[in-house]
Amino acid sequence: MTAYLLKRLAISLATLVLASIVVFAVLEILPGDPARLMLGMNASADQVELLRNQMGLNAPLLLRYLNWAGGLVSLDFGRSYTYSVPVMDLVRERLAVSLPLALIALALSTIIAIPVGLFSASRRGRAGDTISMGAAQLGVAVPNFWFALMLIYVFAVWLRLVPAGGFPGWSAGIWPALKSLLLPAVALALPQAAILARVTRSALIEVLNEDYIRTARAKGLPYRTVLWRHALRNAMIPVLTILGLQFAFLLAGTIIIENVFYLPGLGRLVFQAITQRDVIVVESVVMLLVAAVIAVNLVVDLSYAVVDPRLRSRQ
Amino acid sequence: MSLLEIENLSLAIGDTPILKGIELSVAPAEVMGLVGESGSGKSMTALTLMRLLPHAARATGRVTFDGIDILAATEDQMCALRGDDIGMVFQEPMTALNPVKTIGEQVAEGIRWHTRVTRAAAEERARKMLDRVGLPPAKFPLSRYPHELSGGQRQRVVIAIACALKPKLLIADEPTTALDVVLQAQILDLLRDLVAENRMGLLLISHDLAVVTEMADRITILRHGEVMEAGDTARTLSEQLHPYTRQLAQASMHVPARARSHDASQRQPLLEVEGVTRDYPGRPTSLFKPAAPIRAVNDVSLSMQPGQSVALVGRSGCGKSTMARMILALDKPSSGTVRFRGETITGKTEAELKPARRDMQVVFQDPYGSFDPRQKVEKLVAEPLHVLEKKPTHAERREMVAHALHEVGLDQRDMDKYPHEFSGGQRQRLSIARAIITRPKLVVADEPVSALDVSIRAQILDLFAELNQKLGIAYLFITHDLTVARAISDEVLVMHDGKIVERGKTNEVLDHPQSEAAKALVAAAPDLHRAIARKMQEQG
Repeated sequence: MTAYLLKRLAISLATLVLASIVVFAVLEILPGDPARLMLGMNASADQVELLRNQMGLNAPLLLRYLNWAGGLVSLDFGRSYTYSVPVMDLVRERLAVSLPLALIALALSTIIAIPVGLFSASRRGRAGDTISMGAAQLGVAVPNFWFALMLIYVFAVWLRLVPAGGFPGWSAGIWPALKSLLLPAVALALPQAAILARVTRSALIEVLNEDYIRTARAKGLPYRTVLWRHALRNAMIPVLTILGLQFAFLLAGTIIIENVFYLPGLGRLVFQAITQRDVIVVESVVMLLVAAVIAVNLVVDLSYAVVDPRLRSRQ
Repeated sequence: MSLLEIENLSLAIGDTPILKGIELSVAPAEVMGLVGESGSGKSMTALTLMRLLPHAARATGRVTFDGIDILAATEDQMCALRGDDIGMVFQEPMTALNPVKTIGEQVAEGIRWHTRVTRAAAEERARKMLDRVGLPPAKFPLSRYPHELSGGQRQRVVIAIACALKPKLLIADEPTTALDVVLQAQILDLLRDLVAENRMGLLLISHDLAVVTEMADRITILRHGEVMEAGDTARTLSEQLHPYTRQLAQASMHVPARARSHDASQRQPLLEVEGVTRDYPGRPTSLFKPAAPIRAVNDVSLSMQPGQSVALVGRSGCGKSTMARMILALDKPSSGTVRFRGETITGKTEAELKPARRDMQVVFQDPYGSFDPRQKVEKLVAEPLHVLEKKPTHAERREMVAHALHEVGLDQRDMDKYPHEFSGGQRQRLSIARAIITRPKLVVADEPVSALDVSIRAQILDLFAELNQKLGIAYLFITHDLTVARAISDEVLVMHDGKIVERGKTNEVLDHPQSEAAKALVAAAPDLHRAIARKMQEQG
């Protein structure tokens, strides 16, 4: 198990290094000079050249990569060209919104999806299954911003239970902050839950045909108990895989929802940085997301081994 | 007073009738053998007793267990019966246990559910039960997972689960079909002891007449969902009044008529295996020390003459399949050489092997798993033709497939069908057609009849014998079943722990085994003649 863990860690690190090279290279190739953008169209060539020197943009490529990568290791991401503050501060501020949002959405999605998947699988082909899978189909098909608008209309405009948008910051207290994250989290969670419920259902249906399910029934356990105790854990592997992918998506792919709810999240930060050629911010956030995805994958891989003892002994 | 009474039980799934008017009873401490070929409704009868039928199934008639009307019982009543008063053991031990739960959890689960004792008390009982079925806690702690056990050990766990609460009735559905003969004998002994200890009724379901005869007090013979004959085992099988009973008994003992085989004289051997060893990497115990390899095949030498039929027999895991793979050049020996038609085939590239591949083909055990379900028979049977030097034209190919199908007793019109349109026996004929289409000199057959019913199996053995005579194909049969070896081979090699421990003429080895391994195999192999004789003595 230790050997397995070390190997997985080494692979993760190598992936991270490789990703940093690719990210750095791609942004180098992209057109647009950050110095020119910062100074505006009227700046003279000398001024631009001066700034380029100041920013270290004229140094050799390799040196610049090493500088940047070295900074990443020590969590010094450099200074944003447009905001003129350390990137780390920007990211920290945005993560305070994006991370809780992703976690709440993920938790909601799991809480909705697993019971629906169980319900559907146990009533396979009957009315309950058809209805819940039809709903799931709808959940996959309808874009999440539409859900978001509906949610705002019902809960913020009509019932006035939660704010329609904006984020007061955690300094305003936990409850107000949470309240403003609630609707976006639900809007994000619904389509994810729909996908997850379908995966759970099909994984369960496959497991329910296995011989050991019959063995468990022959012990005298009621169907429902067999479903929870024997089927669910065996069906977890595909569910965990999808959960891992969804978490990565929820961290960064939430830009539309962030815009609908005026949330200062990571997605909007990246979007603005791209339009303003704030390369250093883009690079940093992308690397952060790469690291997050790799970390999530590592956790998912390890959780496979927790779920299935056969993977533990295989190394 | 019988424990279980089935009266006029009929069952239909949708509009398809599965069972028609079944009558059967089991008394306490009695072993009832339920015999029939696949599709005869044996398993459906068992599942009806447990009320674990598919949703679409509708049962009529009357099933009384211990005074309870099973067909009318509520689901709650059934849950109380299952695993407590009625236990069930299934055919496939490899898949019957939940892979993510320890054996302790799985045995204790039923105990806790029914008796509501504490976890510790349930585990204590589970430990005792596992010990009783031959898995002592010192070697097999409760924390073991199913994948850490062999097939025979897993079947013991399944039996422990079924018998943990001393059920009044145990239903065993083909409990030993997936095991080798030695394990089979051990599991049957265990079941017999458990019946005697607890005065448990046993409904033993099997397609193997010899197994049932050895075990059962009474026997019920099922065909197409109907009871053909029922009665005391000894009388039913010695008199064989019903034609189907006779047919089954004859098929179980069938030996194909073979003209005395070719003389194994001084011709050049077809196959020569010299000092072949195969090591597999073992599981590493430390991060730095290389693991000790596992030796699957240990210094095996053998030779086969053209047209000769040789059986390589041994228990599961003895290395016989690894040996077969190396002969077929599908696996590389760690050391030693394999020569085929005088040429060394070890260490050759796939291109260099092509001529050899043409002359050696293979038939696998499972006639269901060895065909791509989405391809037509023509394509499936023609598969080995790619090893020919010249690619045959479409017309030539059809001609060759038609010929091969004809030789195995199928119609050439079958060419345009898909595998699912064939029965198990017909599919095994298809695999044989696929094997002989290149006119090979050697066919390696890995347990070719062990998945088949007795009457089909007799037909397939006949076919093997016929093709041996007609086409002069040499066979290497890989099997744990001595009746196959006896029926169709000239010579037997007995393999044990990777080594060949005994070899000789088939009858000599099987009648007078010398080595321990061969003796164990012969003693454990169920034999209908012997079983009937013994029952006659017991039952008068």
